Amino acid sequence: MRGRVVSRGVTLDRWRERYAQRAQGMIASEVRALFAVASRPEIVSLAGGMPAVDALPLEAVAATVSELVLSRGAVALQYGSAQGDPGLRARICDVMAMEGISDAHPDNVVVTAGSQQALDLLTRVFVDPGDVVVTEGPTYVTAINTFAAYQARIVHVPMDGDGLSPGALAQTLGRLAAEGARVKLLYTVPTFQNPGGITLTPPRRAEVLEICRRAGVLVVEDNPYGLLSFTGEPVRAMRADAPDDVVYLGSFSKTLAPGLRVGWALAPAPVTARLVLAAESAILSQSMFTQLVVERYLATQPWAEQVKVFREMYRERRDAMLDALAESMPAGATWTRPDGGFFVWVTLPGGVDTRAMLPRAIAARVAYVPGAGFYADGSGGSSMRLSFCYPPPERIRDGVGRLGRVVRDELDLRETFAARDDVAHRP
Amino acid sequence: MTDLGRVLILAGGLSPEREVSLRSGGRLRDALTRIGVEAELADVDAATLPALAADPPDVVFPVLHGTSGEDGTIREVLDLYDLPYVGAAPPACRVAFDKATAKAAVAAAGVATPAAVTLPREAFHDLGAAALIERIVARLGLPVVVKPRAGGSAFGVSRVDDASGLAEALMACFGYHDSALIERAVSGVEITIGVVDTGDGPVALPAVEIEPAGGVYDYAARYTAGATAFFTPARLDDAVLCAAAETAITAHRVLGLRDLSRTDLIVDAAGTAQFLEVNVAPGLTGTSTWPMGLHAAGLDLAVICRDLAARARTRRGTPHG
Repeated sequence: MRGRVVSRGVTLDRWRERYAQRAQGMIASEVRALFAVASRPEIVSLAGGMPAVDALPLEAVAATVSELVLSRGAVALQYGSAQGDPGLRARICDVMAMEGISDAHPDNVVVTAGSQQALDLLTRVFVDPGDVVVTEGPTYVTAINTFAAYQARIVHVPMDGDGLSPGALAQTLGRLAAEGARVKLLYTVPTFQNPGGITLTPPRRAEVLEICRRAGVLVVEDNPYGLLSFTGEPVRAMRADAPDDVVYLGSFSKTLAPGLRVGWALAPAPVTARLVLAAESAILSQSMFTQLVVERYLATQPWAEQVKVFREMYRERRDAMLDALAESMPAGATWTRPDGGFFVWVTLPGGVDTRAMLPRAIAARVAYVPGAGFYADGSGGSSMRLSFCYPPPERIRDGVGRLGRVVRDELDLRETFAARDDVAHRP
Repeated sequence: MTDLGRVLILAGGLSPEREVSLRSGGRLRDALTRIGVEAELADVDAATLPALAADPPDVVFPVLHGTSGEDGTIREVLDLYDLPYVGAAPPACRVAFDKATAKAAVAAAGVATPAAVTLPREAFHDLGAAALIERIVARLGLPVVVKPRAGGSAFGVSRVDDASGLAEALMACFGYHDSALIERAVSGVEITIGVVDTGDGPVALPAVEIEPAGGVYDYAARYTAGATAFFTPARLDDAVLCAAAETAITAHRVLGLRDLSRTDLIVDAAGTAQFLEVNVAPGLTGTSTWPMGLHAAGLDLAVICRDLAARARTRRGTPHG
């Protein structure tokens, strides 16, 4: 059948054999293709964690930008330093003081392109291929991607309603030590966690810090949602009580605007020095323009009042989602009740595979993020992350209602095929 | 600009193949623009019909993939607006998009196609999945390929080597369609053949042989540049290639297709090209095989698509069958 035709194969990528090992997983994915549909307005997207930037006073933002360009344009449009603008770093320290961090010095702050870049730099500085990063399970999906890009081994520690379990953490670190594994970081989102919506309780914060201190593991406290508390009381940051043991990551993406890409790391002095050098090799200098926009905005606008507006808006949306879940979800489904932030974590009964269910949800015009993406080890298949930050309450109710119908349908499908196992295993 | 007038490329929509379709549409727009055709790309949404009514294009080139793009819906709508378009008419699309019906139609014309069973989700629910799965495996043997009865880009498609995996594969398939086509997996050389008709009858383009690095031509293998090796012409005997080309033409004719199509085939150990499915709006992305076939034939994507659009334009007001 094979002919004598000489035909050369074309792979459409002549560099295919040249990519680094760490790029092997960077391929087209079905789930991403489905999310492309979810971005359409016909779909109620409970998937993305996009802040409701339409609630920002855009005229005030415009005035800030205009004033900046007219008065300090030559500085704003010039290179800056890799560490970031000193004026902004001082204001960042004021922001962190709202979460109990009273001893932060601008010299120990590194401004980054969102806190995502801070995480990337930190991983670059600490993690060699094969080193272990311990995280909550589930954890922030893009943190997993960052750790994977540096070829870290990711080990999850389970959470309950009070957050990361200290007992399980101690046990995991003990096991890893016995294996001879090099555990470098504990990555945690302790406040209004993404994706869990869970907050680590104060006693547990102390326990977790103590366990990591003893094990010589640096704690990375990623805190983009800390100021978005629905009780009005900011949660005290872990860094406030452990300046030498924690690198704190902060962001203006949720409290101002993600399009500015301004975040930061607050680190112990020796770590800061390395982060600055890493930043220099990565990007030479941060965008002076967006840094100064943020700095001027904080200096001239009632920013804290704006954060209150966001909090109130997100609280209303959280309530709409929790009410709708109670109305729409079948018996056996469970979900978290966040006191702040953007997310509710829903776990479904009956062995439902939320990844397999996603196309059906999209067809029903509602989208969510399947739970498995928030684990590096394939767990989370029956869970999903729902975001309440972007759609207004009536859309949330509508979307959760649709989702409830999809879940019931999925349970029906599972039941249809579960019967097969019963028969197959009949003696 | 040419005298073709304004070509409206419809892409996107709400199918899972939205992203692929937008890439196909973008590539087509760029190609047509390059040779001086006035080409516009539009996503299909609630604004589409008012725009078609207010400012009708001279001809439409639908590159919508998946349901509503390939099942005849969008073309039925274009007919309602008396707008000429490139590609098959709705009745032919309906038959071609339904893999089970298309297989039956080409089989009736003497074309080989792997044995298959098509069952809706309700059948498993109402009659009992265990008994049905047992009979399916007894009839088709293993391995089998489970596919949504309609749809593209390998969404919801799985190969099952062991009976215990069939239930999972069916559930994944039912995520995309309420009916499953369970087909005997044929081992052989996977090829795809484009067909184009610019006025002198359908012509088969050189066969493109597909060799996915991971062994399975799934979504990632289709749309990650480099994940699949394509051989054009396929590394097969001339006689086999001729017969396969005939099969693609037969499918195009039997199904009543028009202008362009792409037939996916597997050439078994005996050298027989077995029909798997046909596409009425083949992908035009950088990793799609229909443009590769054109290229191998020494044809230019832009010129051929312009000619197809020009031919479609002459059909304005002509009733379709």
